[in-house]
Amino acid sequence: MGDPSSTQEVLRAPLTIGYDFKRTTGPVIGAFFTALAEHRVLAIRDTRSRVLCPPVEYDPDSGDPLTEMLEVRPEGTVTTWSWVSTIREGQPLQEPHALAMIRLDGADTSMLHVIDCGSPEAISTGARVRIRWSAEPAEGFANIECFELLEEDRDG
Amino acid sequence: MGERDDPAGDRSVAAMPEGLWTQPPVEVPELDMEQVRRVTEPATLVYTYTPGLAQTRFLRGLQEGRILGERAEGATDVYVTGRGMDPVLGRATTESVEVGPNATVTAFCVVHIGFGEKAPPTPFVSALIRPDGAAVSLYGTVLGIPYDEVRIGMRVRPVWLPESERSATFECITHWEPIDEPDVPAEELKGHM
Repeated sequence: MGDPSSTQEVLRAPLTIGYDFKRTTGPVIGAFFTALAEHRVLAIRDTRSRVLCPPVEYDPDSGDPLTEMLEVRPEGTVTTWSWVSTIREGQPLQEPHALAMIRLDGADTSMLHVIDCGSPEAISTGARVRIRWSAEPAEGFANIECFELLEEDRDG
Repeated sequence: MGERDDPAGDRSVAAMPEGLWTQPPVEVPELDMEQVRRVTEPATLVYTYTPGLAQTRFLRGLQEGRILGERAEGATDVYVTGRGMDPVLGRATTESVEVGPNATVTAFCVVHIGFGEKAPPTPFVSALIRPDGAAVSLYGTVLGIPYDEVRIGMRVRPVWLPESERSATFECITHWEPIDEPDVPAEELKGHM
């Protein structure tokens, strides 16, 4: 029997537990993802005429099904953000970046995404950003590589 | 038409029973591409696994082509894989005991949906296998016999990776195969299933 006080000989190994879940998108998310593959962004109008982006299938207040999808702009405004300095595997950017809520022009709600802007000094609430599309065709949200600063429209 | 009538599985909205689907048609700006219907969403957690002292001894035994169990002082039951203690007596194990390699199937199921890169072609049998001399069973795959001929009490032996390919992992035993010995009567498996 091994000496229990000795830990030198104890094994260690990486253990990865993962599964590729398949999700059916339904008509709303399916259209949203299709548009992203075409480098366009769709939103949906709710029962109080607010434009929700990303789109949802049912009204957040009443629960009624929503049916009117419309296009919004690939530029928008940062409504809140935090700085990510420690990068973990699988994150969209492999260098420090902002994680932000971004309200696209034409939408009344914000989407969560990353902004490639170098340092936390470069970003502020109100900053203007636009989508940087992924170089390769991808699935769903992965068509958006990240957002980047729109310097000319920068909100002081 | 339900899936029972259509093995190919028409799972479109139009195929659902009346009233079950309540989402009205959605107006969408014109899109050029065919609409996305399914996406893959991988979910993964990466751990660092430390098996502990007792299982380390077991795994190093496998690398040497031996199945090592553990026994507490004064006890008769040999536990494999050992967890460092006798779970019935609640005492630490003090003795390493080689068990097997021949073994008996104590329970099994037929797997129809393979999982993971190393899963054998389906259907195959996943079983609990008690090495001779052990009180409990190990998990294993039974190959070398049609899946519908496997039975409780069947005698099997481990098939090892070649020594040069072995490391201290449970994968040293690739699977178990039948041996030409009479089945163990269910009566003798009592308390071990």
